[in-house]
Amino acid sequence: MQESTPLPIAVGGNKNDDHPPAELKTQIAFRNFDFYYGMFHALKNINLDIYHSHVTAFIGPSGCGKSTLLRAINRMYDLYPDQRAEGELLLDGENVLDKGIDINHLRARVGMVFQKPTPFPMAIYDNIAFGVNLQERLSRTEMDDRVEWALRKAALWDEVKGILKQSGMSLSGGQQQRLCIARGIAVKPEVLLLDEPTSALDPISTMRIEELISELKQEFTIVIVTHNMQQAARISDYTAYMYLGEMIEYGVTDQIFIKPQKKATEDYITGRFG
Amino acid sequence: MNLGLSLRAKRQWANRLALAMSMLAMSFGLVWLIWILFDVFQLGLSGISLKLFTEMTPPPGSSGGLLNAIVGSLLLVGMATLLGTPIGIMAGIYLAEYGQYTWLGRSTRFINDILLSAPSIVIGLFVYAVYVSRVGKFSGFSGVIALALLVIPVVVSTTENMLKLVPNSLREAVFALGAPKWVVISKVTLRASVAGVVTGVLLAVARISGETAPLLFTALSNQFWSLNLNEPIANLPVTIFKFAMSPFKDWQEIAWAGVFLITLGVLSLNILARILFRQKHRS
Amino acid sequence: MMATARRKRSIGDWVFFNITRLFALLTLLMLGGIIASLVYGAWPSLKHFGFPFLWTPDWNPPMEKFGALIPIYGTLITSLIALAIAVPVSFGIALFLTELSPTWLRRPLGVAIELLAGIPSIVYGMWGLLVFVPLFSKAQPFIAATLGKLPLLGALFSGPPLGIGLLTAGIILAIMIIPFIASVMRDVFEVTPPMLKESAYGLGATTWEVVWNVVLPYTKVGVIGGIMLGLGRALGETMAVTFVIGNTNSINSASMFEPGNSITSVLANEFSEASQGIYTASLIELGLILFLITLAVLVFSKLLLLHLSRQEGRAT
Repeated sequence: MQESTPLPIAVGGNKNDDHPPAELKTQIAFRNFDFYYGMFHALKNINLDIYHSHVTAFIGPSGCGKSTLLRAINRMYDLYPDQRAEGELLLDGENVLDKGIDINHLRARVGMVFQKPTPFPMAIYDNIAFGVNLQERLSRTEMDDRVEWALRKAALWDEVKGILKQSGMSLSGGQQQRLCIARGIAVKPEVLLLDEPTSALDPISTMRIEELISELKQEFTIVIVTHNMQQAARISDYTAYMYLGEMIEYGVTDQIFIKPQKKATEDYITGRFG
Repeated sequence: MNLGLSLRAKRQWANRLALAMSMLAMSFGLVWLIWILFDVFQLGLSGISLKLFTEMTPPPGSSGGLLNAIVGSLLLVGMATLLGTPIGIMAGIYLAEYGQYTWLGRSTRFINDILLSAPSIVIGLFVYAVYVSRVGKFSGFSGVIALALLVIPVVVSTTENMLKLVPNSLREAVFALGAPKWVVISKVTLRASVAGVVTGVLLAVARISGETAPLLFTALSNQFWSLNLNEPIANLPVTIFKFAMSPFKDWQEIAWAGVFLITLGVLSLNILARILFRQKHRS
Repeated sequence: MMATARRKRSIGDWVFFNITRLFALLTLLMLGGIIASLVYGAWPSLKHFGFPFLWTPDWNPPMEKFGALIPIYGTLITSLIALAIAVPVSFGIALFLTELSPTWLRRPLGVAIELLAGIPSIVYGMWGLLVFVPLFSKAQPFIAATLGKLPLLGALFSGPPLGIGLLTAGIILAIMIIPFIASVMRDVFEVTPPMLKESAYGLGATTWEVVWNVVLPYTKVGVIGGIMLGLGRALGETMAVTFVIGNTNSINSASMFEPGNSITSVLANEFSEASQGIYTASLIELGLILFLITLAVLVFSKLLLLHLSRQEGRAT
């Protein structure tokens, strides 16, 4: 395994032509952010800026809180009465932890894709149209265009254009996951959250999703949780390493993987961890 | 943008409306059920006295008890359980251990589903047609058969389901010792699922305790003390039916007391079954 | 020694296998036995009245003229009323128990609903007659004055306020089957994968939109099964209906206030007093019809579920 070698892992070269830092615009900001599961203090004083039109990866051993951090951004934790967040979480400068915020609108602005594909029990077309219908009233042709647009963006159009009326459950795992991505971007969110989106997929499907992520970052701010470090190295621009609910190190991905500032980070990415 | 806002507001209102309706539905359901139980306990408790357990059912216009009906019901339910349980367990074992993929297994499972939801009054008619009309008289024994036929499908399906929960690795471990299949089943798998099977039997008993319809054409009823299964025999449900439908106040009071006893019995059986099952699942 | 031990074992296996198989066969034969015995018992009536029995409205024991129209109508209409009330209410209860209720309240409420499903129907019937009917007869004039004024539907809510009748029987049936349907619906709602629900919430859907558009389609097989279970109960229910339906063998208007009779109430009231011969045979034929109706509902729902799962099967 590459992880076991102390040498830095190859980092995708496509990031050399990145925008210079001066253009960076903060889209999401955590300020003194804490999170609790009942009595358990799961995230401790997180401070983090996530930049517009970049891919940010959260890495760390399981149970470190990386998924929790991701799920705070669209307040998914609200579904569970014993979970709560404190501090500030700013999306475009607006604190989304405020009581008065319209959660449904927030979630429309922040798309999410899960570990396992979750196609809804309806036709492929309707899977995409469902979310759009929640936000806007489109005519039939506009909706057709939107569905095609989203499926093309998700690199799925060519495979499903003839079977749009079939159940979304009939697709293969990789196709289902791309359908879920298409569903997420069809509502034109600003941010796309990916929670280990390839953990249930085979290598070829994983590759396609990764290519897709690199293309989508032109238009969306992407935050991805992954336990696969090569994946983080390949596709992300910024990486946050978390451990036991704390943000250990955060910075440009190349920096984190080639020259980590902290010993703990280096131990983890070189596989000397635990 | 304006349109988007109004759509959002519309969705919010639809959501609020639906959730309010849901809460309304919950309270609607609860109100009826609490109301009924309250009446049963209040009116039933006021009719409970020592006389209820020591005196026979009275003729109209006089006071009395339910002794013969209580004993008759216990007798009918007890006999029916004794008769139906072994048959149900055996058939359930066949379905789970032998007949999973056979033609007989599949059809029996399907038929059992049908019998499980067949109207109990039809079961009563069936026993009337094949037994009562042959013998020429209503009898306690025909009531026992009718109730046993209601016990069987419940026990069959719980036995089958409980046996299927036993992990195959356990079966394989016993087979690996060289045990024949019947020993594996009777000594190990059945024993591993005994709490579940007993739960099923308790639920079946609870079900037949309150059954009235099938007894109307079989055990009928009897105003007097009798333990003779060859004669019509008194039982709680039919007595309640007769007394509650009558215009006599004291009969109606006795009926409330009887309904209270049945409700209490059935609820206790259900709770017992639940506790038993939960304990088993925890260990 | 070894050989006899082995033979003993195989004999044990053979005996055990065949005993259990015999009882499985017995269960299997019961259905055939029920149908055959009912046909046999109903034979005089079947032969004498033929198919017109199904749509003849007379039920006249002294004249020995029998027809099943009124009991069949009563059975179907009371079950329909019951479903019309119970299905939306049960859906609301299941929605409340799975999505809205505070966590600490879920278990007690769920257990209460399940326990109530076990209460014998005679309790509902007796309570209905002695408590609900007197109150309902006071409410009926009000219903007639409001709902009864509606165009078209108004005819359903008119007539004398007797308290008893088809509507009353339907309401009592509904109260009785709500716990059944609600607990099945809650069970199937609960097994919806949380991730699927989160995906819908993640798109900005409201609770209602998630339940209606995602949870309900995902669980439709179980939901239909629960409704069919409730319908089967309602069709075959005797005691909850007999107490309150009115036991009248005539229907004079479309009003649901009318007293009537269901198949089960006719059987419960008249069977033990019926004279042998054509009267008893007609009653048994009623039982046969009821059995066939419930059988049809069950087979229909099984086929529907098969069709639905095959649809999904084709999709995968």
